[in-house]
Parts: sequence; C-alpha cells; structure tokens
Amino acid sequence: MTLDQLQPSHRGRVTALTAPAGLLQRLMQLGLLEGTEVECIRRAPAGDPIEFRLLGYALSLRRDEARFVQVEALP
Amino acid sequence: MSATSVELGIDEERLPLIVTIGNPNTGKSTLFNLLTGLRQKVGNYPGVTVESHVGETTLDGRRVQLVDLPGTYSLSAHSPDEMVAVDVLLGRIGDLGRPDAIVVVVDASNLRRNLYIASQVLELGIPVVVALNMVDLAESRGIHIEAGKLAERLSCPVVPLVASRAKGIDALKAALAEVLKNNPVPFVSFSTTIRNSAAALARELAPAGEPLDPYEVERALIDEGGYAETRLHQRFGAAAKSALARVRAELGAAGPLAALDARARYLWINQAVDAVETRGAARATTSDRIDRAVGHPVLGTLLFLLLMAAVFQSVFAWAAPLMDLIDGAAAATSDWIKATLPAGAIASLVADGVVAGVGSVVVFLPQILILFAFIIFLEDSGYMARAAFLMDRLMRWCGLSGQSFIPMLSSFACAVPGIMGTRVIADPRDRLATILAAPFMTCSARLPVYALLISAFVPTRSYLGGLVNLQGLVLLGLYLLGIAGGVLTAFLLKRSLLRGPTPPFLMELPPYRLPNLKSVLYRMWERARMFLVRAGTIIFTVAIVVWALAYFPHWESTTQRFAAERTQAAQTLSGEDLDAASADIDHREAATHLEESLLGNIGRAVAPVFHPLGWDWKISAAVLASFPAREVVIAVLGTIYAVGADVDAESPGLVARIRASEWPDGSKVFSLAVALGLMVFYAFCLQCAATVATIRRETNSWRWPAFAWVYMTLLGYAAAYIVYRLAS
Repeated sequence: MTLDQLQPSHRGRVTALTAPAGLLQRLMQLGLLEGTEVECIRRAPAGDPIEFRLLGYALSLRRDEARFVQVEALP
Repeated sequence: MSATSVELGIDEERLPLIVTIGNPNTGKSTLFNLLTGLRQKVGNYPGVTVESHVGETTLDGRRVQLVDLPGTYSLSAHSPDEMVAVDVLLGRIGDLGRPDAIVVVVDASNLRRNLYIASQVLELGIPVVVALNMVDLAESRGIHIEAGKLAERLSCPVVPLVASRAKGIDALKAALAEVLKNNPVPFVSFSTTIRNSAAALARELAPAGEPLDPYEVERALIDEGGYAETRLHQRFGAAAKSALARVRAELGAAGPLAALDARARYLWINQAVDAVETRGAARATTSDRIDRAVGHPVLGTLLFLLLMAAVFQSVFAWAAPLMDLIDGAAAATSDWIKATLPAGAIASLVADGVVAGVGSVVVFLPQILILFAFIIFLEDSGYMARAAFLMDRLMRWCGLSGQSFIPMLSSFACAVPGIMGTRVIADPRDRLATILAAPFMTCSARLPVYALLISAFVPTRSYLGGLVNLQGLVLLGLYLLGIAGGVLTAFLLKRSLLRGPTPPFLMELPPYRLPNLKSVLYRMWERARMFLVRAGTIIFTVAIVVWALAYFPHWESTTQRFAAERTQAAQTLSGEDLDAASADIDHREAATHLEESLLGNIGRAVAPVFHPLGWDWKISAAVLASFPAREVVIAVLGTIYAVGADVDAESPGLVARIRASEWPDGSKVFSLAVALGLMVFYAFCLQCAATVATIRRETNSWRWPAFAWVYMTLLGYAAAYIVYRLAS
C-alpha cells in the first residue's frame, strides 16, 4: 500500500519510492527512504494534509505526495 | 618582494570567516545571537530574497566574522534563494571569501535527519565543528548521545550545547579557536566516483583559465532539475545539458544519482547514530501533551479560530491607544512648530510635510510591533506550522498553500508586515502570489476612510431587532470584497503569470517550545527598524512632494485678501462672533490656497478621467493626494471642504460639508452611488507607498510593485465605475 492509505496511529515501513526526480530527492533527504519506519499521527480536519512521525520528528505531507511512497504495514 | 608583503598585509586584515548552517528549528539563530550579541547586521544577498545575518565575535582575543545561513535540510538547491548557502560555502559571494570554518548546528533529539546536511558539509574540505544543540530536550526524551564517539565518527569536534540557556558556548568557542589554529581537514566523500567525474566534467566544460568549481558540477550532477544544473545550462548552454546527461548515464546505472547519494548518506548516518546513541524510556514530553490537545480535530480547530480572533482583536484593541498617542503627539508637534516658526513655506513644510509625513508612518508602528510579537511568538513556539497544516486544504482553493494563511491574516492590520511575513513560504511562485494578494486585505488605514463615508451616506437602518444594522453590513461587505479581491488575484495569477507545477508541500511540524524572550524582542526590533527605515524614507519623500503640490504657488494676493477680511472682521465684530468669523476665514483661506495650488490644478485637470465615476475635482484631488497613504484622503478632504485640516472620520463638520457639496449646476456631488463607488475604489486601489516599497524590497525588483500598482488601480477604477452605474 502507499503512505497516504496508512491510518492514524498505524505504522509502516517504507519499501519503495515512485516519486519524480525532484520530489524523490526531497523525500529521501528528509529521511523517507527504504527501511524507514513511519507512523501516521493524524490527518488535517479536511483529510489532507497528513502528519507522519519518522526518525523522531513530525512531517506533514499532502496526499498527492504521500502516494509516491510504498509502505508495508507493521504490527 | 614588496608586492608579496603588501598582499600578505591585506590578507592579514581580512577577518577569519565562520559560517553557521543547519536545519530549521535547531536553535541556530539563538546560537548566532549568543555568539555575536548585538554586533550583527541584517542585509540581503544580491539577486535573491533571503536575508543575510552578519556579525562578529572574538575567539582567543582574535576577531572573527560570522555569517548565519538560512535554515535548510540539505545543500541541494532548487531555487536561487537556496543556492545562497552553496555560494557562501564556496566563497562566491562578494568579498566574504571562502569560510575558514563551518559550524553545523544539529538537533540532538533528531540526530539522523540533522546529520544529513552535516554529511554534505563535511565533504567541502573546510574545518567543521558540530554544535550538538538541545541536548536537554534529547535527554528528556530518553536519548543520550556520546559526543566523543560522534566526534570520532564524523572526524570533527562535537560540542554539546543548550543554546536557549547559553550552556556550552565557551566550549564551542574554544573548539572553533582550535580548528582555526591548526586544521588538518580529513578527506570525506560519499562517492569518489561522482566527485572524480564532476572534476573531469568541470575541466571539460570550462575553458582554461575560466573558473568553475568542481563542487558546483557535482551538485548539478546529483541534484537533477536543481538550480546548480540550471546555472550550468545558463552558462554553457547545450554543451552542459548533453554532458550532464552523458555522465549521469555513466554513473547512475542503478537509478537516479540523487537516490544513490541519499541512500549512501543515510546508511552512514544510521551506522554512526546506532553506535553513539542510546535510547532509554521516553517520558511523554510537554510538547507531546500539547500536541494531543492542539491536534484534536474539533478542539484544535476551535483553538485555532480563537487564537486568530485574539490576534486580530488585540492588533486593533491594544494598538489603538498607542496610535492615538502618536497621532496626538504628531499633531501637537505640528501645532507647536506653526506657533513657533514664522508663518510661511518653511513652517508649513516642517509642520505639514515633515512632521505629518513622518507621523503618518510612525502611527502604524504599534500595530506592526504587536503583530510581529504574535507572528514571531507563533513561529518560535512551533504553532505556525500547525496553522499552516490546518489551513492548507482551504488555501489550496486559490492555488496557494497553508503557509500563505498567516501573512494574509496579518495584512488585515497592515500589508507591510504581511508581505514581510511571506518569507516563510518556501515556493517562490506561491510567495509572489501571496505578496500580490496581501494588499487587498482591508488594512487599518482603509478603516477611517470607510468610517467617514459610511457614516455620511449609509442610512442607519436596523434589522433583526437591532442585531444587525445596515452600516455594519456595508463595512462587512467591504471586508469580504477585499478578501474576494485577494483570493481571486492569487487564483488568477497562479493560473497565468505564476503558473507552474504544484510545489511539494513537505513541512516539518517542530516540537512545541517556549520562545526565547530575548530572541523574540530582538527580531521584533529588527522588523520594526526595517519598516521605519525602508518604508519611512519613501513615505517621507512622497509626503514632502504631496505637501509641495498642495502648498505652492500660495499666491500672496490671496493671503492679502483674507488678511483684509480679517482686519474688517476685527473692526466690526467682537467676542464669540469674532472667533467664529476668524475660524471661518482661516478655513476659507486654506481652501482657497488649496484650490489655487498645483494639486488643485492637477485635480481639475484629471477630473474628466474620474468624471465617469461621478467625482468632481475635489474628490479627484483628494484621491490623488492619498496615493502615498490612503488615510491622507480625510485630511485633504478636510482642507478642501474647509473645515480645517485637523479632522477625523467622526467630524460632524466634515460629514455635513461633504453632504452639502454641489456641482456648479446646483445638484449634489455626493450620492449613495458615488460614496459606494469611492469605497470600492479604496477597497481595491493600492494607495500605499509603504506597501509599494515593501513589495520592491521583498521581490528585489520594481517590476512586481509596478504590476501591483497598475493592476490594483485599474481594478479599483473599473469596480468603482460598475458600482456607481449600478447604484445610480
């Protein structure tokens, strides 16, 4: 599944990125790369953007950006 | 030999340069302020909009120069603004020269992401000291970092710090003094293959003797589509394009170079952090508790609305007494000058031109200070990012992002701080669209104009048992009109002139923390000074020009005619009658001088242009005079309608005179239609020299302020015409 489908308080691990060049580099530099564990914290009241926690910090992504990150669900 | 010693002499005079760099929200500015104290200045880099903080400090009794770079997550630049960091580090900015040492400020509670930029900086071959900041916060989260081990891993000194409490500064200074003295810089490279290819490509592209830093080529190779690449294209054209593509194909068999590069760095970072960091049981921090409340979908939204209402209210409520005080002081000074200096052009220039002109700028200072206090507090506490998170979906309707919300809100007090606040917007197109939409928000200078015209022409009619009245509804309508104008402008711009791919909206939500009071005060002072100096000089100049237009030629014959009237009155009248007659003569004299002045003549000359809006020469002249500062229209109308210049929006005299004003054929000039048209004109028109000056400063060109001015003036005229036609 992709990162935007991760439900609040659920965790996943990044398995692959499918973003175009510029966005890909930005996502990876912020630590969203293969192997990173991500937790979905909450969605904004309108359902978008979404707040995630990774590497000990909180990051807000729009759904259109989270869609490019493949994750596997973690227990 | 002598030439050599002269060169050495110059070299010795240049102060060693230390650059601070790091992620946003790492306490970098606090650290910079601690190091430099007040010995710092803020400037701009040529051609870009980011600020440069430059200061000085002493290390071991030796003066050194410090430059603070804008907070950034990496050296991969996607815009000229982001490229500044690379240019400073490569010594390509003005006479700064190449840095002698770099301080990388990292957040100890968030080591992995923070070490990314450290990994890039370590490759530059410049001595590095890592400032491991916020170790207290890390400890409170159960994170312990062994600084000594980390130093071994990074092969550079690592100094633990708590900058917010000034802990560890001496150790940092000692470490810096040490690396400046003897600095064997270790060789670090995450891909020698890329580096060697970049060096070869630099030699291939640049003709002998023409400098091209191999690092710039390395950045262009790795940051596909980034600004370093753009710059190579600009400089070497198609040759650069094909060469970059060729080398990338040679190197990047396993995927994009950017991805290979990022993976290699995080692999190294993860190994290093696993070796130096121990994690104990994490206690729930205050930030986590605040976050749960603020992040609640209902409570959080409610809190947000309350907070914004509080900002809005206090900007008006708290600032009002101070503004009245400044207004009163300016008027008193002006009166005192008129009473002290002999009557004539000089007294009028000082009193009406200089004092009134400066007063009209300074009067907004209380609002700007309060607003900045809020903005800086919200920014430093970490709430600003949450507000942007909440508002993002809404702001996307007009093509912007959540980051545009606070600048827009600020503009309801004054567009100047609003426009200065757009610096938080990462995307240049979004930032420009926000800058151009901000002046539409109903600022506090429009309010007195609305108040005057509404009280003069909108009937006091109540609905719903007195709960709503027509005057209030019209005012609300004007506010909504301003919002609609701004939103529509942003919407249209983002679909035409500023069209581009939707920028990514990747935003860190920093932990909540209590802002550092000193730092908040310092930044407020910085902003206030900027406002006074930049906006002040322009308004000041324009105020004097408008004064001169309204004063000259000041015919002697007119003065004499009224002097004669005065003598006659003194002979025939006495007591209160005489006082009333003298006041009347004073006002009529002022009005006659204004009618005969250059401004009066210009007003009559341009009156045909404004005739379709139903305006006579008096309104035209007043509107023209208020282009530098819209609230000036009340004072000018006061003079034209001869009730004295010291009027305010509630003056019953002015309201009565405006209502009674007639065309030469005896018909009334002002109708509800004219008044509504005039208000709509004021809602849209960019009559504010301070805003124009600020747009010029923030966009670094005259193109956008010129565009905004022409666009808003034409829009104001068209809207006023439509409203006037529809209403009459």
